[in-house]
Amino acid sequence: MKTMLNVALPKGRLGEKVYNMFEKAGFECPSIKENNRKLIFENEQVGVRYFWVKPSDVAIYVERGAADIGVAGKDILLEYEPDIYELLDLDIGKCSMAVASKKEFRDNPQKTLRVATKFSNIAQQYYMSKGRDIDIIHLNGSIEIAPILDLSDVIVDIVETGTTLKENNLDVFETIVDISARLIANKSSYKFKSEQINKIINEIKTQLEA
Amino acid sequence: MNTANLSLNFNERVMFTLRSLYSMCGFTQYKMSKFEEYDLYAKNKDFLISDSIITFTDTNGKLMALKPDVTLSIIKNSKDLPDTIQKVYYNENVYRISKGTQGFKEIMQVGLECFGNIDSYNICEILTLACKSLKTISNDAVLDISHLGIMTSVLDAIDVPSYARKDILKFIGEKNIHQLSSLCSELEISENNIELLKEIVNTTGKADEVLPYLEDKLEGVIDTAPLKEFSAILNALDSDIKNIINIDFSVVSDTHYYNNIVFKGFINGIPSGVLSGGQYDKLMQKMKRKSGAIGFAVYLDLLERLESITDNYDVDCVLLYDKNEPVENIKSNVDKLTLKGLKVLACSALPNNLKYKELITLKNGEVSTVENNA
Repeated sequence: MKTMLNVALPKGRLGEKVYNMFEKAGFECPSIKENNRKLIFENEQVGVRYFWVKPSDVAIYVERGAADIGVAGKDILLEYEPDIYELLDLDIGKCSMAVASKKEFRDNPQKTLRVATKFSNIAQQYYMSKGRDIDIIHLNGSIEIAPILDLSDVIVDIVETGTTLKENNLDVFETIVDISARLIANKSSYKFKSEQINKIINEIKTQLEA
Repeated sequence: MNTANLSLNFNERVMFTLRSLYSMCGFTQYKMSKFEEYDLYAKNKDFLISDSIITFTDTNGKLMALKPDVTLSIIKNSKDLPDTIQKVYYNENVYRISKGTQGFKEIMQVGLECFGNIDSYNICEILTLACKSLKTISNDAVLDISHLGIMTSVLDAIDVPSYARKDILKFIGEKNIHQLSSLCSELEISENNIELLKEIVNTTGKADEVLPYLEDKLEGVIDTAPLKEFSAILNALDSDIKNIINIDFSVVSDTHYYNNIVFKGFINGIPSGVLSGGQYDKLMQKMKRKSGAIGFAVYLDLLERLESITDNYDVDCVLLYDKNEPVENIKSNVDKLTLKGLKVLACSALPNNLKYKELITLKNGEVSTVENNA
């Protein structure tokens, strides 16, 4: 029996795009396209098992070895800092991690800057590198309303098109880092399933270069 | 009492085997206190896996810590004898933050350290013991080896500024070639040198294939003498040891502490490295020692992942006796089963959720098997 390669895909449009790349690379699993609520799909002939997980959990599945490889956003990798291999930039799911606030905002260095964010680690490291004293307000959603309600001075969040910010009368002040989807691998799995993993990487590299 | 019949779990069996393996090679056991002065760790925080430490104030007012690491204590408490060799092994608990829960965890660690005038034979012996330690756990193992001295020489040769080295080494450790390339471009490193660095990180495999190839690539770039010495050490290893060795320059450790050889061991089925080690002469120098040092640790807590696959039953046999059964009768039947080497639970009522291979009843002196799940 073929050794199964376990792949954690992020649920949603990004995951579907990624699956198409894997399919083109020869790791197809037709059952994944059936319209049902199943989360695990496998193709024993090809030796691959896919599972849909919450995008922010992909890195955990891979680091803990439940998945051999997976696709996660760079934002998640920077925030969680998993001990994994980051093997490929897939050049999709592009956006940026940015500092935004009300248009009239002026940073007063004499005051502690109040930063609302889902990405506490990224925000902390960014401001630490600038030597700026901050107060992190960790939120789990609707970050954009924090400056409007005076909960925070600025927000640190992902910006894709900027539409949500504009609609809430916010502007981007600084870009912290560019984000895209990355192919990651569990360090131990990479030792024992390197042939399959390298095959996928080489095939996808060819697709990206085409 | 026959110790062979003792019911040891997998971790314990591995622990005893490793202790005996290290003793056979002249390593003596080093026993230490659970506590150490906090100051030792505060001065060497970067050497520790995590900088969170459990501290408390001792009765004399000194700030103490529950050991997060063993190596620092051994160095601190051992004599500096640079002209000879001291070999010790340990089997201790350390206290570290668990990444998932952010709470402290007690971790059982077995390891060894070799101090003094470290020569090629000592390195060869340590690598052999590291491989044998992995094989004690499973034959499906890999020991990734890198050489920080060679990597540092390459970074010097291609003019990587010191302020960027931490990031460069981080990307090398992640096999993150795309970010390694873009950072090198930002640092205005030539395309040829970026390609060379990428090739070193990407070239992995058996020592006798990879090292001659790299020697050829690095000729004229760095002094290849350390690479030749590295090859000679690996060539001297027995073939069954060589079989599980993989050269991989993505194994990186803090260059402020480690130099020369660094390595990490993996077992198929365990998601992270179970063994980690290297030569740490720079840490010795930082601690004002003239001796060199090399050693490794095996993280026994990770082995539970393997054990769960094999241990499917709580006991081999349940002897369910009738309440009116005479005690001596129950005892003699239990003795008969335990003499066969079986794990036996004798009881008058079956406990809930117990997983057993065989259920035997004892009533009116009659023994009968009523269930067999083996």
